[in-house]
This record gives sequence, C-alpha cells and structure tokens, in this order.
Amino acid sequence: MTWIERLYLPAIFQGLSITIKHLFKKKVSLRYPEVKRAFAAVYRGMHVLKRDEQGRENCTACGLCAVACPAEAITMVAAERKKGEENLYREEKYAAIYEINMLRCIFCGLCEEACPKDAIYLTDRLVPSEYSRGKFVFGKDMLVEAVDQRIDISKRKKVYEI
Amino acid sequence: MTIFIFKAVLIFIIFLISLGIAAYSTYAERKVAAFLQDRIGPDRAGPFGLLQPLADGVKMFLKEEIIPTVSDKWLFILGPCLFMVTALMTSAVIPWGMPLEIGGKIYKLQVADLNIGILYILGVVSLGVYGIMIGGWSSNNKFALLGAIRASSQMISYELAMGMSVIAIILISNGSLSLTAIVESQKGLNWNVFYQPVAFLIFIICAFAECNRTPFDLPESESELIGGYHTEYSSMKLGLYLFAEYINMFISSAVISCLFFGGYNFPGLDYLNTVLPVNLVSLISIGILFVKIFFFIFFFMWIRWTIPRFRYDQLMRLGWQILMPLSIINVLVTGAVLTFFNK
Repeated sequence: MTWIERLYLPAIFQGLSITIKHLFKKKVSLRYPEVKRAFAAVYRGMHVLKRDEQGRENCTACGLCAVACPAEAITMVAAERKKGEENLYREEKYAAIYEINMLRCIFCGLCEEACPKDAIYLTDRLVPSEYSRGKFVFGKDMLVEAVDQRIDISKRKKVYEI
Repeated sequence: MTIFIFKAVLIFIIFLISLGIAAYSTYAERKVAAFLQDRIGPDRAGPFGLLQPLADGVKMFLKEEIIPTVSDKWLFILGPCLFMVTALMTSAVIPWGMPLEIGGKIYKLQVADLNIGILYILGVVSLGVYGIMIGGWSSNNKFALLGAIRASSQMISYELAMGMSVIAIILISNGSLSLTAIVESQKGLNWNVFYQPVAFLIFIICAFAECNRTPFDLPESESELIGGYHTEYSSMKLGLYLFAEYINMFISSAVISCLFFGGYNFPGLDYLNTVLPVNLVSLISIGILFVKIFFFIFFFMWIRWTIPRFRYDQLMRLGWQILMPLSIINVLVTGAVLTFFNK
C-alpha cells in the first residue's frame, strides 16, 4: 500500500460519501398494513377448491393431486353422490373429506397441474397464522370457495395457457 | 442572590435539554440508520414516530429488574449511577451562547466559568471509566468483565492523545484553559479547525473512542461480548447506561464545536450585536451552537453506519503508535511556529 492508502482517510471519506448518497435515495420499505406489495401474477399461495358455473364442486376425488404432491400434504376420502345432490357435485363421485396440511405443503403447484377437472388452484391469498399445528390442516370448509364469493384464478389459469 | 436563581434555572434547563437530546438521539440514530440503509425506520408511534423515545422509555421502566445473585449488589447499582452522573457533569463548563441580559444585569450562559474548563472536562470524562468498570466487574460475569476491561483500557489510551491534541488548541488560543476564552478567541470564521486540522482529526477520533462509538465500540461489541459491560443489566439500569452514552455523545459534540468550530461564534455576530437587542443575539448564538452540535451528533451516527469495528490490537496500535506520536509532533510544530514566526 502507498502511504496515502495506509492513512485510510481517503477510504473513509469515500465510504462516507457512499452512505450519504443513500440518505437521499428512494426508500425500499413499504408501510405494511396500509400499503401492500402487489403479488406476482404467478404467485402460489393458499389453495382453493373451485366450483363450476352452476355452483357444483369440480373435484371428483380422483386422488391425482395427492399422488402428485411431493410433500404428501393432501389426503382425501371419496364418496358416491346420492340422489338429490346433483346440484352440489358435478360428477357421481366427490370428496367427502379433502384436507391439505398447510405446514407440509411447499406450494409447488403440482396439484393444480395434476388436476384433470380444474378443481384445485393456488391463489394469491396467504395462509393465515394460527396458534396450534392442528389448525393448519385445512378441510373443505377452508378450501372450497363459497358460491356467492368466487375466487378469481384467471391469473393462474393463464400460466398454463402459455 | 439572583445569580443563584439564574444558575439553578440554567442547570435545570441544561439537565432537561441533555436528557431530551439523549432521548431523541436514540430516535435519530434509528432514523439515520434506516435512511442510510434505504429503509424508513420507526414511524408508528406518533407522527413520523416522534413518540418513539417515550415508548422506549416506558418499556425500559416496565421491564423486570434483575440483579444477579452472584453480583456485588451495591456496586452493581452504583455503576450506572456513576456513569450517568459523570455524563451529566461534563456539561457544566460549556458556554452555551452569548451572555443574556435580564433586568439590566449580564448573565453568562455557562454553569461555571472555570479557568481550567477543558481540564475539568477531561477529568470528569475519565471518571466515567469507573462507572463502566464498576458495573462490568460487579456483574461477576466474564463477558461483562472483558467489556469493562476493554472499555477502561481504551478510554485511558485515547485520553492521552486527546489531551495532547487539546494542548495545541490551548497554545493557539493565548494559553487559556477556559472554554469561554477558547471560544472567544475564535471570533467570526477564525475557527481553530482551520489552524489545527491535525488536532481536530486526533480529537474527533479520540472522541469516538471515548464515547465507545463505532468504529471503536469494542466494549460492547455485540458479536463477541453479548452486550459488553452491561450484559447483566436490565430495566432502567440498562437504560441509564445507554442513555448516558448518548449524553456523552451530545457533550462531546458540544466540546468539539467549542474547541474547533467556534462554539456560538459565526461570521456576522459582531454586526448583529450592534443592530439587534442583546437577548435576541444571545438566542441566535445558542441556535448556532446547537446547529453545530446537531451536525456532530449526525456525524457520529453517519460514521457508525459507515465504518466497521476495529480489531482490538488495531485499536491499541492506532491509539499508542499513531495518534499519540502524531499529537506530540503537532504540539511541537505548533509551539515552534508560534515561537519563531508569530512574534
């Protein structure tokens, strides 16, 4: 090192000038609850089980999603559709129990790729926090969309069209 | 009698200002840190987070107070008290502004115009080591003891170079040790920093070391010593230590302003003295001093978020092998110039 470098003062002033420039830069932080960062179009968050246009559940409990799931987070019990339930389930077979363990799930999206019935999609919703592990096993009450509150999955659908 | 009332009021005001500035330094530190790192910083408590120091203080008071059973209880309590007292005591000799005129009498804005003002500051600051040392030692914790040993050896080492750099200042300000005289000798833009840049550099480096600030914050280097000398402290006793460090920072900024940047002097002060009433000029001069102080507090923070921490042997090498000889040479050169060229 030359003696000027050994003084370290020029290096210190250089450092100071770099940090002072940051004082006037645009801040990257967001004031979270008031301002939320936009999700990417392909964001993979909490799952939804879709219904068709007439409000019938798409899922036929074929089990392909459970097989495709690398984290083995999905379990289901199939049941046969009874007479008079045609307005509830689209096909003769349906999932009586459909559970996803949100702590096991890695949000890879392989379940929606495997699904032949357009029944399961990942959405841009976040899995809410809970106090006990048991509450993270989401059943149909949490996953199936309400008839009057449909969940928009058009962004995710586009991913597969490309 | 009125002089006593004036001094009592002045002491009270300076006490409040010291505490207030120390409290808002914690807020400013976090804001400056955030801004230098492209973040926003605390902004939840009140507008722009301005009530944050209040929230922090309340938190400190409400925390559980733990005194380790193996510690020496009385010394453990004495440590932070001593550190706080010495931190507050240093402000006594600082001239805060031009004299005020109340009821036809002239009052100096200084608690005590000691003729050894700067010596008093150096003396009280070195007493502060006892607060750290007693606190660290009485904790009966090896990390606290290591931090305390580091702090005391560092402060003693850097005091020497600091004192030597002050000698050069005393030489050029007509040999007076009084802070008022030193400030008065820097009328207008006749600031010491232009005549003694080397002394300024040595002094500010030593001030960083004395205040245990980065790059010399080895006494409380979190990554090695948990919290350093205040590892075992909790609740408001920890608060006192942290608070006293910010008061130290405020006082050393004030001392730097007085010694090197003309204290309350600014170009045009003499002109204002002739056109404006005395008290208004006095208030303006106080404002000027505080602008300088705030700049140096900001500078302390600016340095903290720029330069990483020294290694301990580097710290000692810098203190003894570089700053110490440099300050002695500075004194010699100043003395020689004053003797042979100035007469």
